[in-house]
Amino acid sequence: MSGYPESMQESLRLVEKTRPDRVGKALPEMTADEKEKVLQDWHPDFKSDQKRALKIGPSKGMLVPHEVADNLEAHTIIKPGEIDLSNIDYDVDVLIIGAGGAGLSAAFLAQEKGIPTEKILMVQKLRLGDANSKMSQGGIQAAVAPDDNPAIHYLDVIGGGHYENKPELAELLVKEGPDVIRWHEEFGVMYDKLEDGTMQLAPGGGTSRKRMLSCKDYTGLEITRVLIDEFLSREIPFVELTSAVEFIMDDKGQVAGAVLYDMDHDEYLICRAKVTVLATGGFGRLHIQGFETTNHYGSTNDGVVMAYHAGANLRDLDSTQFHPTGAAFPEQIVGQLCTEKLRARGAQPLNIDGELFVYPLETRDVEASALIRECYGREKGIVTPTGMRGIWLDTPLIDVINGDGTIEREFASMLRNFNKFGIDIRKEPMLVFPTLHYQNGGVEINARCETNVPGLFAAGEVTGGVHGKNRLMGNSQLELYVFGRRAGVFAAEHVKNVELGGLTLSHLDRYEKWLDEAGIETDRKAPILLPEYRGKKTLEHQIKLL
Amino acid sequence: MIMENNESKMVTIHVMGKSHEVPGDLTIMKAMEYAGHQFRRGSGCRGGYCGACATIYRTKGSYKLLGALACQKMVENDMYIAQIPFSPAEKKTYDINDLRADANAFMVHYPEISRCLSCNTCTKACPQDIMVMDYVQAALRGDVSEAARLSFDCISCGLCAVRCPAEIVPYNIAQLARRLYSKYVDGPAEHVLEKVKEVEEGKFDAEIAELQSLDREALKERYETREKRL
Ligand SMILES: Cc1cc2nc3c(=O)[nH]c(=O)nc-3n(C[C@H](O)[C@H](O)[C@H](O)COP(=O)(O)OP(=O)(O)OC[C@H]3O[C@@H](n4cnc5c(N)ncnc54)[C@H](O)[C@@H]3O)c2cc1C
Ligand code: SF4
Ligand code: SF4
Repeated sequence: MSGYPESMQESLRLVEKTRPDRVGKALPEMTADEKEKVLQDWHPDFKSDQKRALKIGPSKGMLVPHEVADNLEAHTIIKPGEIDLSNIDYDVDVLIIGAGGAGLSAAFLAQEKGIPTEKILMVQKLRLGDANSKMSQGGIQAAVAPDDNPAIHYLDVIGGGHYENKPELAELLVKEGPDVIRWHEEFGVMYDKLEDGTMQLAPGGGTSRKRMLSCKDYTGLEITRVLIDEFLSREIPFVELTSAVEFIMDDKGQVAGAVLYDMDHDEYLICRAKVTVLATGGFGRLHIQGFETTNHYGSTNDGVVMAYHAGANLRDLDSTQFHPTGAAFPEQIVGQLCTEKLRARGAQPLNIDGELFVYPLETRDVEASALIRECYGREKGIVTPTGMRGIWLDTPLIDVINGDGTIEREFASMLRNFNKFGIDIRKEPMLVFPTLHYQNGGVEINARCETNVPGLFAAGEVTGGVHGKNRLMGNSQLELYVFGRRAGVFAAEHVKNVELGGLTLSHLDRYEKWLDEAGIETDRKAPILLPEYRGKKTLEHQIKLL
Repeated sequence: MIMENNESKMVTIHVMGKSHEVPGDLTIMKAMEYAGHQFRRGSGCRGGYCGACATIYRTKGSYKLLGALACQKMVENDMYIAQIPFSPAEKKTYDINDLRADANAFMVHYPEISRCLSCNTCTKACPQDIMVMDYVQAALRGDVSEAARLSFDCISCGLCAVRCPAEIVPYNIAQLARRLYSKYVDGPAEHVLEKVKEVEEGKFDAEIAELQSLDREALKERYETREKRL
């Protein structure tokens, strides 16, 4: 039985008809000029009316999506006068904000570099590991193959990033790649291996070698849960369901901890810290340009907002990653990720006539643009009952090419998630459309993971510079561990030199002044902590009585 | 996203006893939001990877108590729903370097595993369709590889643990099994260690430095003409 409605059946029949002829075929990669053109014409990032220059702050003038600007040109959610900084709930050496891959790695290294365990604190908005880190399916890049090396990887990263990456960060990313994999294996991460004990490697969009390591299509889940198991075994202190809402500064201009918000009790808590590591991840839940997103519930840009309030420089936030293949059907899972590895293993994007129209492994920005062009420029998309347009991703080919059972073995999560809604991806294609996936830019850091604000370190998706204007698949997972570990090392080192002064929130008054001076009148507030999905009636009738 | 103009058939769900009319084609999670609920606990990745939205429910006319992930399960008419956003269970602490891949590792840390009744309740409760009982039994036998393999898709949602009559916490056992398997049965990939050594020896530094010395046009030329081996 088909999992698709009658209105889509005719196109499905064409897909089946053309399948035998398509086995082993691919259109050639676009030329540099063709890529440039499809990006200019169709990539959401190139729509000039979708961005504006920031009016205030250290990165004033930088173009960012309206949703990000709205988040930054907004009032603070706490006012200095409301908060009593003299009552300190946690007094630590290293505060880590965000328990994804970057934060967890930082915690380990801070501990290993001599910070007493009880002097570390992890705060986490949701539960440990309820994070984008757990959701990665496709894999992690590292130059570990005999015919590969970090220099080859470097060129892929820089070219993929349109030559806008910070070279010293890209260099660290690729050079520490193999060591990250070694480190994971030492903890007991189950990577996919071949019979001979070597790593199973796949290509990815924009890679020039097979460099993608994986743990089935649960790569992020496997790595993150092992790190959490280790984290709990090391008994590093943590609080869940508690968000950082603003940094605390001292009178010497250093970041000196954070105001926390207990989401169970609506109560604020004060954490004083000699060094703070920001690892809050990305901004998918801002729904840039109204796009659905692959991101977890807590990815609301809090880290960038807090850092900006404290005076941190931002970079590359003008570029946003749209993953070419988010689910476009069924409605219940629209926007959820269909991993790039499906294409790496042979699934082809097809239009309504069941025809090839793009090389399947262009870099993500180019691939996404080509899909949008096929739907809206050439009118060759497949229309769903809710009016959404999508492109077929012909998954049954994976088993045709690699042998029966491949999908079941390598794509258990995809198979399961679609099966729940009646679609067997071994027999029928998926319907996909680009979805908001990744924040390419963020808070600027140097090779020591320091921001320009003393006492504030950052690592992971919240930062910018590693990937330039476009990230390649698998390089974000790698970034988390490379820079998360570094943040832990250098934060621990920095602790030794810190003498904190008196605590203050005066930077929030300064921010309000900037807003005022720029003539920004708004009732927006940030950080938002959670996205708003409640029905209209509830919101209109909201009242706080208790 | 907020769905104000949803035209699909409405159904009634009962969230912890309170009834709501919601569009019938929503997941439990989106239906609860539609009804006015803002999650703090009980929503995590929203894609079936984190287990934060473990939910139990019954439907009218059936005595069966079922489990699901709220982000992956569509509502049905007259569904009685409660979330279990937290599963009380102690994860034992250990240094993985001190353990061996055998039954003893499980017996020492989770001795209750020997109480397993082979009742299969856990398997029936699992929203990931994992053969939970089989992996628990494998661990009990000391078959670490089998326990790791069978449990690989576990998302630690806790639904098996709340149902187990022997009070076993299967997902903790599974986690230990997988780490033991990777570390001791599978072992590290040699070629990775070799590459680490080469990097440490600085073997690729000159090549990277050379790339960094190129201007943008030259770098672009290098990128566009780079050799691909895929
Ligand atoms: C569905 C999906 C698939 C992906 N697949 C891949 C892939 O195959 N390969 C790859 O390389 N990359 C992939 N990525 C990207 C990659 O997984 C992420 O970029 C990366 O995990 C981000 O890690 P992080 O540690 O920086 O942030 P996260 O893992 O998101 O962790 C940040 C944590 O901080 C918490 N937090 C946020 N704000 C606050 C606050 N104010 N106070 C306290 N805590 C807070 C968040 O809740 C979260 O738990 C994928 C991403 C998604 C969403
Ligand atoms: S084995 Fe248990 S914890 Fe793991 S997914 Fe299944 S029910 Fe959830
Ligand atoms: S529910 Fe408990 S007792 Fe029953 S089979 Fe599963 S682990 Fe064993």
